[in-house]
Amino acid sequence: MWGRKALVAVLLLGLTGCSAFGSDDDALVLYNAQNRGLMQALVEEFTKTTGIEVKLRNGGDSELGNQLVKEGAKSPADVFTTENATAMSLVDRAGLFAPLPPATLRGVPTQYVPASKRWVGVAARSTVLVFDPRQLSESALPASMLDLAKPEWQGKFGYAPTGADFQGIAAAVYALKGDQVGDAFVQGLKDNGVKHANNIAILKAVNSGEIPAGIIYHYYWFQDRARTGDDSDHAKLHYFGKRDPGAFLSIAGAGVLQSSDRATEAQQLVAFLASKQGQEVLAKSNDLQYAINHGVASNPALRPLTQLQPPAVPLSALDGPKVLAAFRRVGIL
Amino acid sequence: MALLALLPLVYVVVDMVGIGWVEARELIFRARVGELLRNTVALTTAAMLTSAALGTTLAWVVERTTIPAPGVWTALLAAPLVVPAFVTSFGWVSLWPAVASPWGALLVVTLAYYPLVFLPVAAALRGLDPALEETAEAFGLSGWAAFARVVLPQLRPALLGGSLLVGLHLLSEFGALQLLRVDTFTTAIYEQYTASFSGPAASTLAAVLLLLLCLLLLVGELRLRGLRRYAKVGGGSARRARRQPLGLASAPVMMALGGVVALGLGVPLGSIVRWLVAGVPAGLPWGSLAGAATTSVLLGAAAAVLITALALPVAILAVRYRSPLTSGIERTTYLANALPGIVVALALVSVSLRVVEPLYQTTTLLLAAYAVLYLPRAVVTLRAALAQAPPVLDDVAHTLGAGPWATAWRVVRPLVAPGLRAGAALVFLGVVTELTATLLLAPLGTNTLATQFWAESSQIEYAAAAPYAALMVLISAPATFLLTRDARRASGL
Repeated sequence: MWGRKALVAVLLLGLTGCSAFGSDDDALVLYNAQNRGLMQALVEEFTKTTGIEVKLRNGGDSELGNQLVKEGAKSPADVFTTENATAMSLVDRAGLFAPLPPATLRGVPTQYVPASKRWVGVAARSTVLVFDPRQLSESALPASMLDLAKPEWQGKFGYAPTGADFQGIAAAVYALKGDQVGDAFVQGLKDNGVKHANNIAILKAVNSGEIPAGIIYHYYWFQDRARTGDDSDHAKLHYFGKRDPGAFLSIAGAGVLQSSDRATEAQQLVAFLASKQGQEVLAKSNDLQYAINHGVASNPALRPLTQLQPPAVPLSALDGPKVLAAFRRVGIL
Repeated sequence: MALLALLPLVYVVVDMVGIGWVEARELIFRARVGELLRNTVALTTAAMLTSAALGTTLAWVVERTTIPAPGVWTALLAAPLVVPAFVTSFGWVSLWPAVASPWGALLVVTLAYYPLVFLPVAAALRGLDPALEETAEAFGLSGWAAFARVVLPQLRPALLGGSLLVGLHLLSEFGALQLLRVDTFTTAIYEQYTASFSGPAASTLAAVLLLLLCLLLLVGELRLRGLRRYAKVGGGSARRARRQPLGLASAPVMMALGGVVALGLGVPLGSIVRWLVAGVPAGLPWGSLAGAATTSVLLGAAAAVLITALALPVAILAVRYRSPLTSGIERTTYLANALPGIVVALALVSVSLRVVEPLYQTTTLLLAAYAVLYLPRAVVTLRAALAQAPPVLDDVAHTLGAGPWATAWRVVRPLVAPGLRAGAALVFLGVVTELTATLLLAPLGTNTLATQFWAESSQIEYAAAAPYAALMVLISAPATFLLTRDARRASGL
């Protein structure tokens, strides 16, 4: 009896398995580390406009970036999108991106294009300090993010060192202030910071009063406000501004893999993401990242991009591996 | 198959050689590894001790006192096994965020894992011949002294075996500890993986973890080996042991047992129900729930069929054709039993990218990981079943004119069928609640209940995570129940 059941199970699997697990058709393969919901909306609009189907493999910036490097020329990916520049640089430095045609880069401010011109910025997020005003008065807020390395901040702020998001912020400190200040900041993180798994966990911990403050990107707070607001009603945002490393603007990127066997369509997708049409989809969505190209205005709920006063960090100066090495040296990772 | 089981070890060794001594030394001898070593060893040791103490106490109360309805208590106290540890942890953290600390972690993992000690110790207590204790008491030992000097030593195989299982589970536990924000090697390896895919930092940590694992197994094996002298000479026919009258203590003892059930089973299940109630008004994502449930069940079923089929030849070789080579093959698959899912997954990612690239990101590779992880479970149960079908029965069938195929079908199959069923059920259970290997290896768009649960709960979306946890428990509960019932029947109790 068991034998027959097993046989039936095997046959069923044989029949359904292929369709349930199969992944082969001729859609573009997008390794997507950008917010899933946003990319889904963008890709839908792209397919509507061009008729080209796109399949997403979702993951984190570092995970997918390193995966692309390991896969090299064998990668099934056609396009790579991230939330931060560091993973883009990683893939770029491995020589895996194809050059972008000038038409794609037209309308994109130069600070959002790396020196190699092999990928393009398509969205941005601002670093903020989320804080609980019940525990921390506005006058007690740090003037610079680097102040968090001082002893009085011990155990008072959360950060998420395993994610590329925070690694980007630390990379900005190194790029702006040099190795000595960078190393001191990282040591301060190890001594004072409370490690969290991701930005949302930090936001919720601050909102519930578990910790007084945390370093995150602006849009986690705004996304929650746009939904139920339950996880942000007690938390406020502090923008460092004044070109402080804590006002770092993280640039999300898109690029075409050199190994793509559908280069034309892949280029079309990246061009779409950087284009006015793509930026408008972003601005109208509930995603709340900043639109950065073609002068498209971002969602009006946000503090305008022009008021953020971010420090000027060249995209190619952001060194992710250096940050990871520092994290490992002081024992954060 | 044995090669498949050895793959993770080979990967770690090859990778370490590839990294080179200087870099490897830098990655191993650093403060972080020391910190992880302290955390991991402290938590594992402490949890083994607390689980041993709690499991043994509960077993003694249920088996040796006049507590009312001991059968019901046994079932209730074993029930936390139905809930995967990461769901128990979710239950606690989502109700009481402050539990995310080393002490909280000790509490939660003890509540999740004490049944691993409770069940074997209770079985051992049931099987003990009371004559020994009575003799000891006749020689003037008090009740407590007799327990400590006569009963406890006889329980040691069950106690040590159970505690060893707790230790092995903890060394590979990822989800529960990540939610409780306690860093151990397994969570650190995952962090390294998310930070930089499968790099040298991850594989050096994996190497240290494997070393720790071997050490635990070695110590466990040595301690268990020294126990032969406690064996009885003759079987005899044992009476049931006399039960300690509880008298007035009955009510408080029952309340204490009730407390353990409430904390170990009530909190996780209650928490799931609470978040379901909170989330249902907003509407459940039926499509994604159904999709994840189907994927989990299909993967579980495919793995169950495949792995029992793979286990059959190993078990046949081990039982019917014993030789140093065949027992070597058998031992190798056991070794893999203790391997953390994360190490197996890292190894398969690395090997598939270097050697068999077309397999990368396919269901086949995921099933291969499940095979490495769960083959031992299937082999153990099949072995036991095959041992009940001795070759002499084949000979009898042959003399009665049955050919080899007819013998296999009509004689061996009915005897082995319960073992096959149990093996398949164990594999199915393992796969449905597997998290780490699935996270790393699941192909494009393949979401299981466990990975969906994880995606939601790591964003602290507890209400969205609850339906996946509920389905996981619902799917695995019947199989767990049948298995514990079968096991109790098999031991004749």
